[in-house]
Amino acid sequence: MKSTALANVALTRAGRNKIPNRKVVSDTLLEIAKSKPEVLVLTSDSRGSALLTSFGEELPDQLIEVGIAEQNLVGIAAGLASCGKKPFVVSPACFLSMRGIEQIKVDVAYSRMNVKLIGISGGVSYGALGMSHHSLQDLAVARAIPELDVMMPADRFETENMIKALIDYDRPVYMRIGRNPVDDVYLSEDYPFEIGKAVLLREGGDLTIIASGETVRVALDAAEALRQDGVSCRVLNVHTIKPLDEEAVLKAAAETGAIITLEEHSIFGGLGAAVAEVVSQHHPVRMRILGIPDEPAVTGNTLQVFNHYGISVENVRRVAGNLLAKD
Amino acid sequence: MDEIIRLKRKAIEIRRALLTMIHEAGAGHTGGALSCTDILTALFYGVLRIDPANPKWEDRDRYVQSKGHSVEPYWAILADLGFFPPEELRTFSRYGSRLIGHPNNKVPGVEMNTGALGHGLPISVGMALAGKMDRKDYKVYTLMGDGELAEGSIWEAAMAAAHYGLDNLVAIIDRNRLQITGPTEDVMSLEPLADKWRAFGWKTVEVDGHDFGELLGALRAEPDQGKPTVIIANTVKGKGLSLAENQVHWHHRVPTKEEYDHAMVELTRQMEELE
Repeated sequence: MKSTALANVALTRAGRNKIPNRKVVSDTLLEIAKSKPEVLVLTSDSRGSALLTSFGEELPDQLIEVGIAEQNLVGIAAGLASCGKKPFVVSPACFLSMRGIEQIKVDVAYSRMNVKLIGISGGVSYGALGMSHHSLQDLAVARAIPELDVMMPADRFETENMIKALIDYDRPVYMRIGRNPVDDVYLSEDYPFEIGKAVLLREGGDLTIIASGETVRVALDAAEALRQDGVSCRVLNVHTIKPLDEEAVLKAAAETGAIITLEEHSIFGGLGAAVAEVVSQHHPVRMRILGIPDEPAVTGNTLQVFNHYGISVENVRRVAGNLLAKD
Repeated sequence: MDEIIRLKRKAIEIRRALLTMIHEAGAGHTGGALSCTDILTALFYGVLRIDPANPKWEDRDRYVQSKGHSVEPYWAILADLGFFPPEELRTFSRYGSRLIGHPNNKVPGVEMNTGALGHGLPISVGMALAGKMDRKDYKVYTLMGDGELAEGSIWEAAMAAAHYGLDNLVAIIDRNRLQITGPTEDVMSLEPLADKWRAFGWKTVEVDGHDFGELLGALRAEPDQGKPTVIIANTVKGKGLSLAENQVHWHHRVPTKEEYDHAMVELTRQMEELE
């Protein structure tokens, strides 16, 4: 059974990572902003939750506090960008992507302002706080806005690569990260990262699991479990949900004939939908979309919520078995 | 020629142009366009530091039209100033035209796409903050409708502008007292409007929005140091077209051929009265 790691990948969990992606965003931005005064961070009373306190202390002139006012937050960022600044808006994903959405649509995307919108503590990171604090619609909404790219890194190394790439990427972007540390997907930041290009994490011929963000680690673990069942499973990390790497998705469809998508998002309009839009029209194959169903999500920590809704190794294994049994 | 007379003549020309655009396109926001024409004329011909030959000039004053639906005088003025050929005005609201029914930054001279209300002030706060950071002396102007002031984002930005001491920011309110449903005070009362802005920490000035002396005086005044300025310009919706003045149904009514001809006669008479 072939199971090749293709991009400096930790095929199995190497131990618990303790560094949250929020910290990586903050540290990476601080390093870059020191030599680039045009790089600004905007917060909505969110510097603590974004771990940006040290950024604010070291570069007070480059951190703009807006208070709890997400519409103003995004509008101000657009105004700054129109004057040549490179604003990074860092605010909880649930509020940024809903309260600020019209400003995102009109002031940022439609006016084509170089604003980077970083939704933190996204998905079910605030699991116990209820639906008000979950952001499980953000990818769907952001994806439907023209000119806006949508990204979600898989681990701390990808977060660093993504932020570095965004500095000179002259387009509006919505990027979502979670609150808690995620176990590593990669062994280091040294792998080919390119915006818009999916990363092939594991080669396989029977089935492809396509994942994004914090579910990528689950996908890899599931692929390893499936290997033990005798299933050769490809794993594709779609860190850029829009524009989608259609070539990699269609190649997976053609070469493996079955796809399972895995996402921390509503099953409507997110990664699964993006993949299905392409596959169903250009190379239909059997597909299952795993994510959060259309209901207010159960409360619990990320692992508990994931397990509850079958974003788990055991469930992927079961779904894969059923999907392949239909041969 | 006396500056005031020059501006009055220009405003009549702009009204002619915008009524022609709306009449030919069969679409437009006539009432609000006419109420803010004098404000825009004072701003563009008497105040703004801009260069039509270099629309992206770094040190230009910024203008953001928050009440985006009153785009017609804005297009007419940009064409007159040479930002694009005046013939293009005939494409207003036509299939494929860049001169759409709201400001569009694909057109030289337009900073931002607007149209959704309550967006201009937050954007202007961002521009004014950038000016402060870069130690530039440009100013940022934004024009808001009065009905628009019910949007919460306006007051978020009003707080931020005062908090950051943005004395390089001037907000102008086209206070025509009517919105699409009826009088602003019936739909959602704004008064005491000046007190509200003062309480938010703004230098607050009230003028007759059709008096060029008052408009220029307020627009050219030095700001109070560390305070943003708001100019409440009291205006008449439909100003200059007698049958439309203070008529709520002229919010987006398009003049018929008869009404259009009548308007042209009326504007010609107004022009003659200036001679």
